[in-house]
Amino acid sequence: MNFSAEKELLRFITSGSVDDGKSTLIGRLLYESKLIFEDQLDLLEKDSKKFGTQEDNLDFALLVDGLSAEREQGITIDVAYRFFETKKRKFIVADTPGHEQYTRNTATGASSSDLAIILVNAQKGILTQTLRHSLIVSMLGIKHVILAINKMDLVSYDHDVYLEIVEHYNQIALEQFSFESIKYLPMSALNGENITLNSNLMPWYKESCLLDYLENIQLNNELASKPFRMFVQWVNRPNSEFRGFAGRISSGIVRVGDSIKILPSGVETKVSKILLYHQNLDVAYAGQSVTIQINDEADVSRGCVLSSIKNPCLISDQFQVQILWMSDSPMIPARDYLIHLGTQHALARIARPKFKIDINTGKKLAANSIKLNEIAVCNLSLDRKIVFEAYADNHQLGGFIIIDTQNNHTLGMGLINFPLRRSANIHWQKIDINKNARASIKEQKPVIIWFTGISGSGKSTIANLLEKRLFSMGKHTIVLDGDNVRHGLNRDLGFTVEDRVENIRRLAHVSEIMLQAGLIVITAFISPFEKERKMARNCVEQGEFIEVFVDTPISIAESRDVKGLYKKARAGELKNFTGIDSPYQRPNNPEIYLDMTSLDLNQAVDNIVSYLERNHYLTITDRKG
Amino acid sequence: MREVVAQSNNPVMLYSIGKDSSVMLHLAMKAFYPSKLPFPILHVDTTWKFHEMIDFRDRIVRDLGLNLIVYTNQDGINDGITPFTHDSTVYTNIMKTVALKQALDKFKFDIAIGGARRDEEKSRAKERVFSFRNHQHHWDPKNQRPEIWSLYNARICKGESIRAFPLSNWTEVDIWQYIYRENIPIVPLYLAKPRAVVEKDGVQILVDDDRLPLHDYSAPVVKSVRFRTLGCYPLTSAFESNASSIEDIIKETIQTKKSERYGRLIDFDQSSSMEKKKIEGYF
Repeated sequence: MNFSAEKELLRFITSGSVDDGKSTLIGRLLYESKLIFEDQLDLLEKDSKKFGTQEDNLDFALLVDGLSAEREQGITIDVAYRFFETKKRKFIVADTPGHEQYTRNTATGASSSDLAIILVNAQKGILTQTLRHSLIVSMLGIKHVILAINKMDLVSYDHDVYLEIVEHYNQIALEQFSFESIKYLPMSALNGENITLNSNLMPWYKESCLLDYLENIQLNNELASKPFRMFVQWVNRPNSEFRGFAGRISSGIVRVGDSIKILPSGVETKVSKILLYHQNLDVAYAGQSVTIQINDEADVSRGCVLSSIKNPCLISDQFQVQILWMSDSPMIPARDYLIHLGTQHALARIARPKFKIDINTGKKLAANSIKLNEIAVCNLSLDRKIVFEAYADNHQLGGFIIIDTQNNHTLGMGLINFPLRRSANIHWQKIDINKNARASIKEQKPVIIWFTGISGSGKSTIANLLEKRLFSMGKHTIVLDGDNVRHGLNRDLGFTVEDRVENIRRLAHVSEIMLQAGLIVITAFISPFEKERKMARNCVEQGEFIEVFVDTPISIAESRDVKGLYKKARAGELKNFTGIDSPYQRPNNPEIYLDMTSLDLNQAVDNIVSYLERNHYLTITDRKG
Repeated sequence: MREVVAQSNNPVMLYSIGKDSSVMLHLAMKAFYPSKLPFPILHVDTTWKFHEMIDFRDRIVRDLGLNLIVYTNQDGINDGITPFTHDSTVYTNIMKTVALKQALDKFKFDIAIGGARRDEEKSRAKERVFSFRNHQHHWDPKNQRPEIWSLYNARICKGESIRAFPLSNWTEVDIWQYIYRENIPIVPLYLAKPRAVVEKDGVQILVDDDRLPLHDYSAPVVKSVRFRTLGCYPLTSAFESNASSIEDIIKETIQTKKSERYGRLIDFDQSSSMEKKKIEGYF
């Protein structure tokens, strides 16, 4: 017996609909490979009586449905990982549910799997869910699929039923998916037919049973044969004598003495040492976690990629990507998101989708946003250049997650299809006369005064009074008003959440350009979402953005109803009206808070002007800049 | 573990002195060599651990030059909470779960690295590698972040914290095979040797000190026994075995018919007891 035997590990995902018998199949695999312990079996007997659906028999599904909520409801809630081992291989099973949240969970499970078992209920044949699971598994780049045609006991182990399903799936798979191999396997998980032994009840099936197939399928480890890449996770610097770069090798092989390229800087250097704890290695392979030392003092930090010189990775900040959305709140174009790709982080904007993919039919559909469990193809632009490869070439350099900048939740995942060349052509125009120079001849500090508040709160009125007051003081101002801008620049936009976000994005950038001109920019837009106000704030430097919250209770605004809009909204003639059927997110920390239940219009303007004076916006700026 | 260090402000490693902790510590030493561990290790001491565990802990800390923090829930001690006077659920909650939360809050750790494995128990099979806890350290199994490829999003808001489980995908056999291959030191209680044990309700307890109320148990008998998991001595059952080497343990582990947590009295109460404890903040 070899006590440290390193058996090959096969990771696979099982997916199927609610009554395809997936949990039963996994429970059966664990049971048949003798991996259920006596005390677990006792518990299973107890649980089978309490929750079971198999009358007096053991309900194997209960072995794998781990959380009490799912036992009671008889469904699987989330991805669960199971472990079993045979004489030949170790297995990790990602068990994913087939009901709602299916897409997100299937994608999560598939992202770490080498193979997928897709379950089909023999009685029902290929369903849209079968195609949905296949599409996701194919998108994530899984090459090998087992189509497990289960519940053959319910169709009297009929060969023709099997053949019909095989033919049906094969035709679709050829058209829509990119699998290298598909194995069709008739079985009954409930009765253990064709699981660990070939079934006597299906003599027409002469190929290997499920476990044989899982034990013997060849996994070609492509990663080792690809060019060398390693993300730097952490710079190891215990003292001034030692500096090494710690990471797990994503692909390829690296040897001491190899010339490598550090990306994104492009600096070339040589590997001087490869450390694995106390050992100095001559060579290290994809999958190994090592610490690499180089010959010189080149600048390397977390997020850099060490790459082969012959085949270096690419660098870009604009891509066409495929996105799968995993959050209840939809993806909104033009909103800022954070992405993680390897150990690199960047701020990202996702453009309006080119199309979304109907996951039931594979057809392309038009879309303005991406909702939970939807897949779409979009352009993505980043605030910096990152090192990458196409997902098809290297999953670790082409797959990223999308994170909410405020609550830090993981919202979705993306796969890079290819970089867009156009970013190479757009350069920031270098201009010598800058905003400080322009502002100094006006004897003012350029700033954006951003009013926010519900419709009818008095934003426009106060903004106009403020401009008059500043003009009389000799200051150069401009007012951007919501209604006026919507007549011209933004006349193509409506009032849906997506359009509101785009509206604010354009206005933020117009304001920023006017700020460059040295002006005091006064804006009066409802701007109901915290994220967009933050986005506008982030377009300019600190101190150049003053948020003014005009706080008027909706009852007062509605009773004024200068434009008659509240009346229309209440009558249902106006959709997405802020305060009625579209939310207004109150600012948490505005620079200036105007409580309009206690201030009149002139007092409100006084408050703003004294804030500007106190903070030296209205005096001459420093000429050094 | 490198991701934890790179993405967090104030990480800590939870160290229970058991075999999983030993493997985890060894992996950390490898990951950061030649640097010292860039985080302290935290032992939540219930004061009822086997004394061989404490001796072992102190030796390892000395040998590896570690920064050890030992934390005990002093309120629990003052209230006289012991495994004999209180039900095991209450005792575990106060001396382990509450103690851990107190320690994490006291030192303001934002990520705690732990040695839990998904194969240990059903509710752990759905655990993430980076698992989120709200400001009260509660786990919400239905609202976890998706974990795709090996990309870990360790960004948290103020007050939230993360438990990171680097051994998620290891099995009990993997642990022993790795201990064998890398020659990792472990507490000798894992290896069989003749020890005096007493019995009650089929559970065999090692008399580790004079706090055990002997009159509740059968007379001591010397048997060749060992432990499969290590916890508080009055709550951890020994079992008869002749496995006195790591090779023997691997053989025995592959052949056993009982699950690993069988020797832990804290899991017997109800089938979803581990899940309940986790939601409340145990680990």
